[in-house]
Amino acid sequence: MNWLLDNLPQAMGLTVEHLYLSLVPTLVGVVVALGLGLAFGNRPRARAIITAVASAIFTIPSLALFVVIPSIIGTQILDPLNVVIALALYSTSLLVRTVFDALDAVAPEVLNAAEALGYSHARRRIFVDLPLAVAPLAAGTRVAAVTNVSLVSVGAVIGVGGLGQLFVSGYQRNYPDQILAGIIVILLLALVFDRVIAVTARLLTPWLHQGASAASGEGKRRRTSPAPAAPAPQELAAPGREAK
Amino acid sequence: MINEMLTYFAQGANWAGETGIPARLGEHLWYSFLAVAAAAVLAFPVGVFIGHTGTGKVFLVSASNVLRALPSLGIMTLLVLLMGIGLLPPLAALVLIAIPPILAGVYAGVANVDPEVVDAARAIGMKDSRIILQVELPLALPLILGGFRGAILQVVATATIAAYVNLGGLGRYIFDGLALYDYGQVLVGAVLVTGLALVLDGLLALAARALSPARRAIAN
Repeated sequence: MNWLLDNLPQAMGLTVEHLYLSLVPTLVGVVVALGLGLAFGNRPRARAIITAVASAIFTIPSLALFVVIPSIIGTQILDPLNVVIALALYSTSLLVRTVFDALDAVAPEVLNAAEALGYSHARRRIFVDLPLAVAPLAAGTRVAAVTNVSLVSVGAVIGVGGLGQLFVSGYQRNYPDQILAGIIVILLLALVFDRVIAVTARLLTPWLHQGASAASGEGKRRRTSPAPAAPAPQELAAPGREAK
Repeated sequence: MINEMLTYFAQGANWAGETGIPARLGEHLWYSFLAVAAAAVLAFPVGVFIGHTGTGKVFLVSASNVLRALPSLGIMTLLVLLMGIGLLPPLAALVLIAIPPILAGVYAGVANVDPEVVDAARAIGMKDSRIILQVELPLALPLILGGFRGAILQVVATATIAAYVNLGGLGRYIFDGLALYDYGQVLVGAVLVTGLALVLDGLLALAARALSPARRAIAN
């Protein structure tokens, strides 16, 4: 920890870079996956192709992707854009499956009710389908964000990658303290990301929590929250990302 | 870059000896196998216990999330500095990333077994150990295999970083190439690792299909 305390400005700079390199791909992933999910969710052929491509992308090791992207799109090998594109690809391919599943899970009665109320297709998509997909999407996004935070550090071996540079330089200088500092800050970042997404999803889906908050508001003593439900499959079984 | 890669593949010398492609492939598979086996030994009993008893779900979720956030490169370099170069540091890093998918697969598989089936097994006098072995695990097999598939893929992909601390495996081409500014060689490593991951994924998908209980029931 001494290293961290003695080198706060440098650590802050790397943290900001790390944040950028992991936040941007996560956001891109959410937006693209939502777009693909809404556009192709009801088209079985396109959907099958997208799912197949997504799992193929997922099998490409991140380090391989970091070094292959320049030869495909013509960036420099040290360009941070390579890392951003690679991680955005992973996030998209992880999340697009989540979006498909989430949209499938909306009960047909709900959709029929919305249509009976006179919602146009587009309006129903935005005001009914999307909000109901928020919870599973958030679970998937948490996995994507946390893995991105730890994956970015691999970029350090090719010269990009925020806090991962502490691993590279700590290793070269034989200085474990610096590596430990990197691990700790990455874990903290991942934790913050995870909580921010979880809280955002909670705020976006007040109807899911109304029962619980009413119950705790009524009693004089604060009631303990009900036992947590079994973790959502997306949260647990989603394939994480390799080469952290 | 792509031409250089093709030239590298075309040269017979690159396919022979201790640094040849088959040897590197063998090392890569060996590290991956050791890591998945060790992770299975650690995660399997925990997954079965939590899935069977239902206690410790919160622990499971938070442990998976923490493990997922741990940067393997950091863990590996830290362990090398503390313990010296050897197989153990990269292996430890690989085991840590293989644990969450295996744990999640085993837990989800066992926990998702229809409670009525478990009750029926108990009603005909099965003990917990027999329920686990003869009822829950066979029914959980598809999800367990799915977990292993995820773990194997991640480990094979991550095993490239072993080369960063001077071990073998396909990562050698990537790191040696980067050090020499020989991006053709880097691409050789990237293509080989990706190919290996795709082939393994295909084989595991076939295996999961052949072993799934529904399939077997129909075949019988």
